[in-house]
Amino acid sequence: MKQIALTGNPNTGKTTLFNRLTGLNQKVANYPGVTVELRKGTTLFLDTETQIVDLPGTYSLVARSRDEAVTTEFLAGLNPGQQSPDVVVVVIDATNLLRNLYFSLSVLELKLPSVVVLNMMDEAEASGLKIDIAGLERHLQVPVVGISARNGTGIDKLRQTIEKTLASAEPQVFSRSWSYSQPVEKLTQQIRDQLPYPLGSDGVALWVLGSTAASLANQEAPEIVVHPQLAHAATIAKSGILDGATGVGEQLIEDRYQEARHIVDRVLDSSATDETHISDRIDAILLHPVGGLLIFVLTMGALFQGVFAWAEPFMTFIEETITVLQTVVHSIIPPGALADLLADGIVAGVGNVLVFLPQIAFLFAFISVLEDTGYLARAAFISDQIMARIGLHGRAFVPLLSGFACAVPAIMSARAIESPRDRLVTILVTPLISCSARLPIYTLIISSLFASEENVLGLFSVAGLMMLGLYLSSIAVTILAAWILKRTILRGPTPPLVIELPPYRMPSLVNLVQQVIERCKIFVSEAGTVILACSVMLWALLYFPSEIPQEFQLEEKQAVVLSNTLEGPEREDALISLQAEAKATQLRNSYAGRLGQAIEPIFVPLGYDWKIVVGIIGSFAAREVFVSTLSLVYGVQDGGDDPSPLRKRLRQQVHPKTGQPVFTPLVGLSLLAFFLLALQCMSTVAAIRRETQSWNWPLFALVYSGVLAWGTALLIYQGGQWLGFT
Amino acid sequence: MTVYDLEAGHSARLKSFLGGDPSTRLRLMEMGLVRGAKVQVRKRAPFGGPIELRVDGYILSIRTADAKTMAVELAAT
Ligand SMILES: Nc1nc2c(ncn2[C@@H]2O[C@H](COP(=O)(O)OP(=O)(O)OP(=O)(O)O)[C@@H](O)[C@H]2O)c(=O)[nH]1
Repeated sequence: MKQIALTGNPNTGKTTLFNRLTGLNQKVANYPGVTVELRKGTTLFLDTETQIVDLPGTYSLVARSRDEAVTTEFLAGLNPGQQSPDVVVVVIDATNLLRNLYFSLSVLELKLPSVVVLNMMDEAEASGLKIDIAGLERHLQVPVVGISARNGTGIDKLRQTIEKTLASAEPQVFSRSWSYSQPVEKLTQQIRDQLPYPLGSDGVALWVLGSTAASLANQEAPEIVVHPQLAHAATIAKSGILDGATGVGEQLIEDRYQEARHIVDRVLDSSATDETHISDRIDAILLHPVGGLLIFVLTMGALFQGVFAWAEPFMTFIEETITVLQTVVHSIIPPGALADLLADGIVAGVGNVLVFLPQIAFLFAFISVLEDTGYLARAAFISDQIMARIGLHGRAFVPLLSGFACAVPAIMSARAIESPRDRLVTILVTPLISCSARLPIYTLIISSLFASEENVLGLFSVAGLMMLGLYLSSIAVTILAAWILKRTILRGPTPPLVIELPPYRMPSLVNLVQQVIERCKIFVSEAGTVILACSVMLWALLYFPSEIPQEFQLEEKQAVVLSNTLEGPEREDALISLQAEAKATQLRNSYAGRLGQAIEPIFVPLGYDWKIVVGIIGSFAAREVFVSTLSLVYGVQDGGDDPSPLRKRLRQQVHPKTGQPVFTPLVGLSLLAFFLLALQCMSTVAAIRRETQSWNWPLFALVYSGVLAWGTALLIYQGGQWLGFT
Repeated sequence: MTVYDLEAGHSARLKSFLGGDPSTRLRLMEMGLVRGAKVQVRKRAPFGGPIELRVDGYILSIRTADAKTMAVELAAT
């Protein structure tokens, strides 16, 4: 199948054009080995199915990391089994000709059959820019088509032009009619001589030179990241640069810009442009030192509220539907392991996946609107002051904020951060933020073990103050962890803040729907499978062996209840609590129960017994499951959402050996610290795996947060005891 | 005089870079901050926050530390 690639600066309307060309025939695929996504779709050209690939928007081909090398590797066909695309479509924002031409020249230098698209012609015309398209064609030596992707004008002409290029036996390619400065030309020549066939183009040599120079300039991590096929050429470039041609990186950029400016001066008539754009007036309000900050807080508040609260009814709906489904399964399949597997393992596991969709949908709907309108870049601009202090980019703000609702969508949204290193830091610290799933656990522990209603200074309740303390600690730990990661294993300079603030535009509903569906699909297909598998496994651990041990003598005990004097509801209650006790005994004997007892010694120094450990194991399915698992281990009959029976039971627990209460306020504190810090959530693990495309990072996150949680809980419990608290 | 010293609303032409991190410099240059580029300071965030520039027709925001590395000469107009 023939292939067409779209490339261009960010925000030039590539995706809008892609949608125009492909309609709904598209999907997002991961580029192998890196975390970059490519959108692929098909359309008919010359009556044959043709693939269109939307490459990530970028300001430059220069690669400082593997992620940034994707566009060039793809265009040059460097990967085994992959060839250069048949036509490269370079999308240019007509309202910003100079910077876009700079990029276009670097693509055209690759000498592939190309078509240049001048998009946003509607905006260009509205602001009085006149572009001499024929003149531009002469300079670039490839066809140039003016379009407006959003309105659809010019698309037919573009289709014809692409078809003509596809059909042509020898399509026109760009060939430089001007020279770079002497040192750049000389080195480029040397590098080109070392390139393996058939890569010997000007563009590839210049790319190797530019990328090598950029890597060498990066003092913190001067690794050179070009493809293995180009390794030899890169060594030439490196020694050339180190042997005196130090300024070539800068020289190359300056020369290419000079050529771009030369072209712009000849094809653009901007005499009529009035400099005060509408965006200036909007920015006067939205970036106002006081008003702008207020709007920022309100917008971010709305975003947070959306993920935290507005998604809630949809989540409840999904949970209730799952419960109904479970009942249906139980009613049509005869009781036994199969019914339980289907209902409590698989259906519940599917529920565990689907329940995240509302939050993902809300977050990405918000992000799509903010991005489309141009406000997201402004939000990064505003939050950069705070984020730069901890060494992160302004764009890390939205993911970290969303983390207070749920780490899963938050981690998915971190892909807006350009630098791979900073994206990774953000992903790794997000689970430390206190998400909403931790709330039921905090509430249970605080209300069971502390005089939560008591007032402090007549203003605050103990529970309120403890909650506040937990959230503040969570923020402090997150910042600290980011700070440490940035200075140790993910060392790197604070990313330069170089954000383009695109003009304000109307958001598009199509983009919103597309974003939301895309993210939901990716989550279900790539993280969902892991979550489902884990759910079933955890279910099995708690379920098998499913018999109630003989020595419990359930039947004898039931007979006793039936034969004694109790009547009506009292007898019912006695039978129910007997059933709950039987379940607790089964659980103790289950694999999870045995595992809990086996690893109990690790947790004894923290003040926990095996029952709490089983709760911790169970809560891996979802933190809120801690509460229901504890109910099961403690043999509390299911009180639904009412935690008071469990609370009472927790207070009553005494240690079998010492006769002391198990749940003391000190144990409570230790547990709170544990849940605050530990990555107790398989869905987060699955999301980290999806976004980093590797198992190493989720494992790293599990281990570091586990050690941190265990250590802190240990310190609290042992320290507390030493100080004489209970 | 550097971009940092420009008052909001004023334009100048970029003359050269004065030191600064070489990696950041390359990035800024690729965004169009090259010799001869027309730079206007559009807005300055308070308390040393980022600076918003208009660079040859589009809007870019950079940190103050980076603004201090770009020497300019006032535009003729
Ligand atoms: N006025 C106008 N706006 C357009 C046109 N084409 C796209 N847009 C808008 O420009 C913005 C960016 O478009 P996208 O298609 O998301 O741009 P992109 O190049 O894919 O951006 P990245 O995903 O960052 O690479 C959106 O708000 C579009 O609605 C056009 O022809 N005219």
